[in-house]
Amino acid sequence: MWWSDYASPGAWDELIDGQGRPRSGCDGVVARLIQLGPDLVERQRTAESVIHTMGITFSVYSDGTNVDRAWPFDIIPRVITAQEWARTTEGLVQRLQALNLFIADIYGDRKVVGDGVFPAELLSDSVNLRAECMGVEPPLGVWAHICGSDLVRDADGTMYVLEDNLRVPSGVSYLLENRQVTKRVFADLFRDLDIHPVDSYPNKLFELLASLSPRPGDQPVIAVLTPGIFNSAYFEHSFLAQQMGAQLVEGPDLFVDSDDCVYLRTVGGPVRVDVIYRRVDDLFLDPEVFRSDSALGVPGLMRAWRAGKVGIANAPGAGVADDKVVYAYVPDLIRYYLGEDPLIPNVPTFRCHLADERSHVLANLERMVVKPANESGGYGLFIGSPSTAEQRDEVKRRVLADPRNYVGQPILSLSTAPTLCEGDSIEPRHLDLRPFILSGETSYVTAGGLTRVALRKGSLVVNSSQGGGSKDTWIVDPTVTPIRRAP
Amino acid sequence: MMLLSRVAENVYWSARYLERAEATARLVEVHSKLFLDLPRAAGLGWAPLLLVTGTAEDVASPTEEAVVRLLTADAGHPGSVRSCLAAARANLRLTRSVLPESAWEELNSLHLWVEQNAGHAVDRRTRLSWTTTVIRRCQMLAGLLNGVMSHDETWSFLEIGRHLERADMTTRVIDVQAGVFLGAGAAQLQPYADVIWSSVLRSLSAHQMFLRSSRAGVSGPEALRFLLRNPQFPRSVEHCLTAGSRSLLELPFYEAPMAACAAVQGLMVDVDVAAMDAAEVHTFIDQLQVGIGTLHEAVSDTYFTLSPAGSALTAV
Repeated sequence: MWWSDYASPGAWDELIDGQGRPRSGCDGVVARLIQLGPDLVERQRTAESVIHTMGITFSVYSDGTNVDRAWPFDIIPRVITAQEWARTTEGLVQRLQALNLFIADIYGDRKVVGDGVFPAELLSDSVNLRAECMGVEPPLGVWAHICGSDLVRDADGTMYVLEDNLRVPSGVSYLLENRQVTKRVFADLFRDLDIHPVDSYPNKLFELLASLSPRPGDQPVIAVLTPGIFNSAYFEHSFLAQQMGAQLVEGPDLFVDSDDCVYLRTVGGPVRVDVIYRRVDDLFLDPEVFRSDSALGVPGLMRAWRAGKVGIANAPGAGVADDKVVYAYVPDLIRYYLGEDPLIPNVPTFRCHLADERSHVLANLERMVVKPANESGGYGLFIGSPSTAEQRDEVKRRVLADPRNYVGQPILSLSTAPTLCEGDSIEPRHLDLRPFILSGETSYVTAGGLTRVALRKGSLVVNSSQGGGSKDTWIVDPTVTPIRRAP
Repeated sequence: MMLLSRVAENVYWSARYLERAEATARLVEVHSKLFLDLPRAAGLGWAPLLLVTGTAEDVASPTEEAVVRLLTADAGHPGSVRSCLAAARANLRLTRSVLPESAWEELNSLHLWVEQNAGHAVDRRTRLSWTTTVIRRCQMLAGLLNGVMSHDETWSFLEIGRHLERADMTTRVIDVQAGVFLGAGAAQLQPYADVIWSSVLRSLSAHQMFLRSSRAGVSGPEALRFLLRNPQFPRSVEHCLTAGSRSLLELPFYEAPMAACAAVQGLMVDVDVAAMDAAEVHTFIDQLQVGIGTLHEAVSDTYFTLSPAGSALTAV
């Protein structure tokens, strides 16, 4: 069949090793996929129609309008062994502990600056530092309650953290929906493989949010604050509210009264809100404090939060650590705050505000990825290998004009996994992984994460806004014996 | 369970649009069948359907194809079945967090089906199967909501939306039928009065229930009385208003909308439709429609306004 000549030269493949054999722990899955044969294509079609009917969409902004597109999904799962995932989970929890201590420190005494671990000048230039948050001590001391960290694997199989999304990370609904789709189309395959379930996320998120309530003991009123239906992640906001039994609200649905409490406008009159899971950026949260032209926010929300009358996740200002320059310091922060070595390494990162690191980046542009410190969604990304001299000059100009805002990283050959491509062939495509980490009284990491895959051959850009697709991620316990192949 | 004002409004409108889509599909279906029954000489046209949906001015010459297209497949016309379902879906999409997931899937898949099969609505050969599918799937969705969602405040707004739309649609159908008998061609149609009134009843799914309850032949006055006053038939104006007021009583701050509802019901108490001529029926129906409009405004002012100073939003 197609599988016999599958190979992924130059990259680590998640499912098949260099000799064309299933990787350790993946033989059960591979055996079943081979057994399916051409039926696999049939099931891909079924999955697409299931996605259509379930209305799993994402919106793309183009030509001045928002277009709702069906969520792109590849049926061949990405497999990680339970052992490897246990180690990764530990590393992610460690990372978030350090990041939360760092954010609290920045808005508090700034010991990390005083001790010479983190340079003060990076703070004065930070676009995500919120002076309005100085001195605030949110419940549990946690600022970044929900984090989506991107993991990638290089050609030698090492897993790296590529970035930490601490503002309003999205994608978790697709992780959950991908599993729903897989269960519908692979019901027969699922039964006798030991795949870790992913469904507990909404419940864990609810518990985390409830723990932030200023009225402990009462049944908390929780609201998911969305910018509205035109936001590209609206599907997810609605999905999470539904899964948690929370209210999905827009700014105008809320108001802050003279008692500094936040209220919902309901058909029965005002009802006090205890916790807001906000999916609106800091600067739009409260027109009294931040952008006064914001219609997405709630006037007085910051006042209510500072008075401790409402819990907000992620806390305003948490994004100060979501900065690709801060990222470069995370291994140091882990050592500084926890006295431990990082369990998951960073991708080597060159900081353009430091002269020697900057000249390394500029001298090696063809082998570099250059990233603006504060963009997400893959926007503003420069990838050296396919670039023209003109593009390199352009990025050089940008870096020199604002060195603080850029970092450079060597181009990793992201790992691949077999993907059903045009013409129904199975070809390797590059991918990454976004697990979600919840931090509260305890920590929780999703079983696996959202695997995003670059559907264009050779492409390293996995963002769904730029032609990326997705796969279900299976954390599999390889101690379960694989099925025997039929003679 | 608390319900956001904005979400209540979306729920209310999705129910109205869903009901409107079903009713419009049924109108087209019944009128298509009536055409098969009447001789061409009777001069029945397609224009009356445009009057029902308040769109007479949108079509220059009301041929069968033009009218049916406008009412079913025309994505640019807000009253078409297709647009109503798209609007119901857009509203439901904003309320996914309070309605059962399965309801969203059902409506989404109906919407996709109509988008893909819009052409089949116009072609005579496929039209009836198209309308039947739409009607059946709308009813399935209504049944699904009834069966799986809690009958809480959200449900009340679905009910109020559905029943206001039904009451409104029933009055429109009656009004237009009265207009047919008032119009220029009335004399030619007179011999077919029973066929036409049967068709009116069918367009409100009322034919069989009418026969069972009236135990009389189909006649204009009897049909009118049934469609306006019968307390048991779910599409009679009386029943819709009663059901609507029952749902209102489940909500806080119901005084103003209840008063508006009682006012419409009051209009019907002493009225003798059998004694009315067509012009009087038309005037009477006009009053009912104004009353239903006032009821809608009362619901909207009481529950949907976002102002904290608004009448409803003063106390917990």
